[in-house]
Amino acid sequence: MIVERFADWIDERLGTAHFVHHALRKAFPDHWSFMLGEINMYAFVILVATGTFLALFFDPNTSKTIYHGPYWLLDGQQMSHAYESTLYLSFVVNGGLLLRQIHHWTALIFLAGIVVHMARIFLTGAFRKPREINWVLGIALFGVSMFEGFCGYSLPDDLLSGTGLRIADSVALSVPVIGAWLSFLLLGGNFPSQQMIPRLFVAHIFILPAVIAGLITVHLAIVWRQKHSQFPGPLRTEDNVVGSPMFPVYAVKSLALLAVIVFVVCALGATTQINPIWLWGPYDPWKASSPAQPDWYVGWLEGALRIAPPWAWHPFGRTIPSVFWPTVLLPAIVFGFLLLWPWIERAITRDHRSHQLLDRPREVPWRTALGAALLTFGFALTAAGSDDVQARYLHVSIVDIVHFYQAFTLGGPLLAFVVAYAAASELREKGGVRKAHRVSLKRNTRGGFEEDSVP
Amino acid sequence: MNRRELAIAFALFLTVIGSGGFIAAYATGGNTLYEGLGLGGAALGLCLAALGWAFWILPAEQVVDEIVTYPSPHDQRVAADLAIERGIEKISRPRLLLAMLGGALACFGAALLVPLRSLGPKLGDTLFHTAWRNGSVVVRDDGTPVKVSDLEVDSALLVFPHDAVEDAASQVTLVRVTESEAPQTHGYIAYSRVCTHAGCPVALYRAPDRQLLCPCHQSLFNVLADGAVVSGPADRALPRLPLVVGDDGVLRATGDFSSPVGPGFWEETGG
Repeated sequence: MIVERFADWIDERLGTAHFVHHALRKAFPDHWSFMLGEINMYAFVILVATGTFLALFFDPNTSKTIYHGPYWLLDGQQMSHAYESTLYLSFVVNGGLLLRQIHHWTALIFLAGIVVHMARIFLTGAFRKPREINWVLGIALFGVSMFEGFCGYSLPDDLLSGTGLRIADSVALSVPVIGAWLSFLLLGGNFPSQQMIPRLFVAHIFILPAVIAGLITVHLAIVWRQKHSQFPGPLRTEDNVVGSPMFPVYAVKSLALLAVIVFVVCALGATTQINPIWLWGPYDPWKASSPAQPDWYVGWLEGALRIAPPWAWHPFGRTIPSVFWPTVLLPAIVFGFLLLWPWIERAITRDHRSHQLLDRPREVPWRTALGAALLTFGFALTAAGSDDVQARYLHVSIVDIVHFYQAFTLGGPLLAFVVAYAAASELREKGGVRKAHRVSLKRNTRGGFEEDSVP
Repeated sequence: MNRRELAIAFALFLTVIGSGGFIAAYATGGNTLYEGLGLGGAALGLCLAALGWAFWILPAEQVVDEIVTYPSPHDQRVAADLAIERGIEKISRPRLLLAMLGGALACFGAALLVPLRSLGPKLGDTLFHTAWRNGSVVVRDDGTPVKVSDLEVDSALLVFPHDAVEDAASQVTLVRVTESEAPQTHGYIAYSRVCTHAGCPVALYRAPDRQLLCPCHQSLFNVLADGAVVSGPADRALPRLPLVVGDDGVLRATGDFSSPVGPGFWEETGG
């Protein structure tokens, strides 16, 4: 076999046989929820591959040009080179639109996968000792990826993303003491600046992907070193891991996962239009489109901006504007809470032991209830981010909708906590969801039936 | 070849078809739909083949790995600590030297961060002023001046100062209300178009209510009450542009806005 010959060739030079044997026979516990993190790893690979292609055509240049291209509806319009090169990529380059749409869809899936993966880790207690480092790295990945997505979405210099950038600049401005300075540092001057798009480009294709790749590498190296956690079961203890060997079974299943992700993003990219910037038009600071919603993962901040009370605070005759509370303080509290969670929980439970066996969510009702409350909080804010659309379709005044979401954002998590706590407690009593009692029937010699109970 | 292997072969054949379809779609000028379905179909074939392979063909085996990698045995830890100590064991006053090293590295790091300052120009007072001055002519985005007879009552218009057309900070929404509501300026009232909440253009005028609406976060401003906030997340009135109608019928500003335009920031006095 050619593969063995190659392995021998390598071993004579590097002495890899021991490592290869160990790596291929490494145990990976089988559970569908352990594949969630893998989705993100593969999504990131797809993002780098498609993004590289896009970057070769994108021109990060804010100076203006007049459009003359195949999209005749914009013919003769003034626009930036950034916007024009995105149109060129979409309408002229063969496969350009497909790869742009695959890239955008994959980005949305990447962020969704991070949230779902994080929820799994939280609800099963996988963040407990010895895995706190990876929890912290994961939260960092979540934050950096959100930022990365926002930068990429802002590159085409279209009306929708330009409006989003203007809002982001107001967020920077709202930071006490250093806000104005921070805004100038990021933009290189007053909004909108010539430097804006080039800097976002460098951040999006170089700085942030390098950070994400580095974090993912350490994240996975730690999983490899510590071995995967597992649910309780036969043979499974606090100091072993039972599962399929890395090769062949797990590797082939993982390949199937990669392939199905590629299938999904290709199908979406082929059939489902996303971010048609030619419909928004080029960005001009005095124009606005309505309704205007960001990509889903920024939706919670958009919602927070809409329902936050108009409280400006004036300490020492200076100003902390109302934008500060929902867009700087709130995310800081949320991310701070998440980063510190393993230690907060340890302070509550006084549990300093190392854990290899995971909790089923029902076994720790209060933690599960807290997770449900957090997710409800995020959902309420995200839903508030489209309140104007809801007002239009439901024929309700925007003021009433804002009041509803203010109540929902505060009350919804409490309700979710109570409901999830009750549900988890009840499931714990029952010992999980019981399957119906199964019987097998046997025909007896008299022509009747007898029960033959099945374990 | 049994039925399962045949099914896997079929799945792999789907990959061949899909790849061929993608290449054909690309070669015939590139149809997004067919290109994507070709690539997707190829991936779907691989997925099905891998699933068949994993669940039908490969042995379902379990392995048990004992976790012995951490924590390290006590003697190894001691040895590691000793190895670290080797770096300072010959120093008579290790504390002083290490503190000095820390301080030196902090200074060096601070020095390396200084060039970041080049990324932003000096702040100055740019956030407090716009291009509007006493005598600025009110012009449309094509540079033509606005005359008193130009606007119908209940209409609104995007305007700029004549020497800073399309300057983002100086954008203004000019509305016309009835003569009696703004007698000095024949019904013309002008406000900064940059929302005081998060900087979006306050582009929508609801004439019957005399309200300006920001499309981003739905702040409402009262045109007849000095731009005061009616509802929404904005915490500050829209800055008003002082107007005068000249003898030639052309609208001019009599100065800059009443307060800084756009979203709030620390240096603002909040007056």
